[in-house]
Amino acid sequence: MEALSISLKVGLIGTALSLVPGIAIAWLIARRRFPGRMLLDGLVHLPLVLPPVVTGYLLLLLFGRAGYIGAFLHAQFGLTLAFNWKGAALVAAITGFPLLVRAVRLSIEAADEGLEAAARTLGASGFGAFVSVTLPLIMPGIIAGTLLAFARALGEFGATITFAANIPGETQTLPLLLYSVLQSPDSEALGLRIVVLSLVLAAGALFLSEWLSRVMQRRLRGAS
Amino acid sequence: MSGEILQADLRARLGTLELELSLKAGNGTTAIVGPSGAGKTSLLRIIAGLHRQAEGRISFGDHVFHDSAAGIFLKPEKRRIGYVFQEPRLFPHMSVARNLDYGARRRGIASAGARDEIITLLGLANLLERLPHKLSGGEAQRVAMGRTLLSSPRLLLMDEPMANLDLRRRREIMPFLEMLHQRLSLPILYVSHNLDEVIRLADNVLVIDRGRVFATGGTAQVLNRPDVQQLLAGTPGMDADLGTILDASISAHEPEKMITRLSLGGGLELRVPLRHEQPGTALRLRLHARDIAIATQTPHGLSIRNSLPGRIDRINVAPGGQRDVTIRLDGGGNIEITARVTQGAVDDLQLARGHAVWALVKSVALASD
Repeated sequence: MEALSISLKVGLIGTALSLVPGIAIAWLIARRRFPGRMLLDGLVHLPLVLPPVVTGYLLLLLFGRAGYIGAFLHAQFGLTLAFNWKGAALVAAITGFPLLVRAVRLSIEAADEGLEAAARTLGASGFGAFVSVTLPLIMPGIIAGTLLAFARALGEFGATITFAANIPGETQTLPLLLYSVLQSPDSEALGLRIVVLSLVLAAGALFLSEWLSRVMQRRLRGAS
Repeated sequence: MSGEILQADLRARLGTLELELSLKAGNGTTAIVGPSGAGKTSLLRIIAGLHRQAEGRISFGDHVFHDSAAGIFLKPEKRRIGYVFQEPRLFPHMSVARNLDYGARRRGIASAGARDEIITLLGLANLLERLPHKLSGGEAQRVAMGRTLLSSPRLLLMDEPMANLDLRRRREIMPFLEMLHQRLSLPILYVSHNLDEVIRLADNVLVIDRGRVFATGGTAQVLNRPDVQQLLAGTPGMDADLGTILDASISAHEPEKMITRLSLGGGLELRVPLRHEQPGTALRLRLHARDIAIATQTPHGLSIRNSLPGRIDRINVAPGGQRDVTIRLDGGGNIEITARVTQGAVDDLQLARGHAVWALVKSVALASD
């Protein structure tokens, strides 16, 4: 099924894209005090509270051919995002972002800062201490946040259809396909199959997340 | 190793506390003591570079760690300062061996020989493969010390490394600490609330109160000061009976009588149960004020073996309404001993300044027991 592979591709690439900036911003918000910190926090959470169609429209304004960033990307790299699968991946990245940042930020806040201080006195740089000490310790949080963001991306509908449209074979993910299918009469059987598929996918992601963080927790027991 | 000197002149605001102090520390152990909230831990954190908001200058030999006027701030990882925290702070996802090698791997200085030596010294050989949560508190703190030492520090900061350990674990770690303090020729700053630790480990003492230096100098000299004793007596966790600290040396053993004679200088001697150290060995003694009695005549017919003649120098009120009578001993040593007695005893014996008395030493606590 084409829609399934598009869903997975868009979801995976989108989530992968958001991983490094997500951890960086989570760290900034958790550990640094700077002017504009609250603003950044709010900005990150925006896609979570904004109606998805609004998010999609804003993306269109910014990343569309005529948008500020879109025009720049097209002129510099010949990259077009609106109305293709790359755009859908961007939507996946942005809508999953708040969930990822939230989970990672909470685990960074729970991680003992004293361990990093100890690492610094032992000769590690600030970044080195984070990578060698804190990162392994917050891995359960990162995994949980990533899978949550991935599951959110799989279910994305409003922003995707607004920004990337509903193009079969290009941007038509499972939810978009379901929407199209339900428009035509006598398609309940196909619709039901898509519903089951979505359920399995979502439940699978949740189960995987739970299982992975349990394994990690067991490995790190005594950590906190 | 080096004979470099740590020098710090600092001002910092830490919440409501205004820290403003100068210190100098060379090779050997300088104990930092003082009431809770005096700024002891903050001082260590500033020296280590873990707390940046401070004004002033910190240097160690030729290395400038911090100079706010010149805009110099050396990152903590560049200072090569070993820091043993109150908690072990072992990395929970790494085995003991990887914890130990964490600093050495980054600095690449410690030799294999040094590694083996420290592992043996701290008794860590059987723990190497374990994860930190499988260690007891004492073991974990020993690993933390080993990890710090293996990072080849030029200077060692220890912040109450035994505060979270019970008495048994303290006893277990104390010999290791003592060995380290004797064998390492580098400056050690050691924050402690435990006076026995200070007496056993420290060459010098820095007393801090409310962010300022209250007293500084040799251990016995500082801790015997009445104002220091008064300050520390009010500190939670401190013994209310600091007593008298004396630096002595073994003058002779008398195995047939099962005693050892200790010289206090100025021709004064104390007799204690037989020791195993060589004659000439320096020992630090602690005479609790409650273990000293006073006689107004030459004592005879007493079980107490040690009586030292002197004159009463002063009488102060001790915690609990008792009286601390400080006696300056005869002989040229300028040695003082404080006895804690009741007001009734002061009245009955008509004790007063300048009276000739004998200090009867009921027992001697040796700082290395």
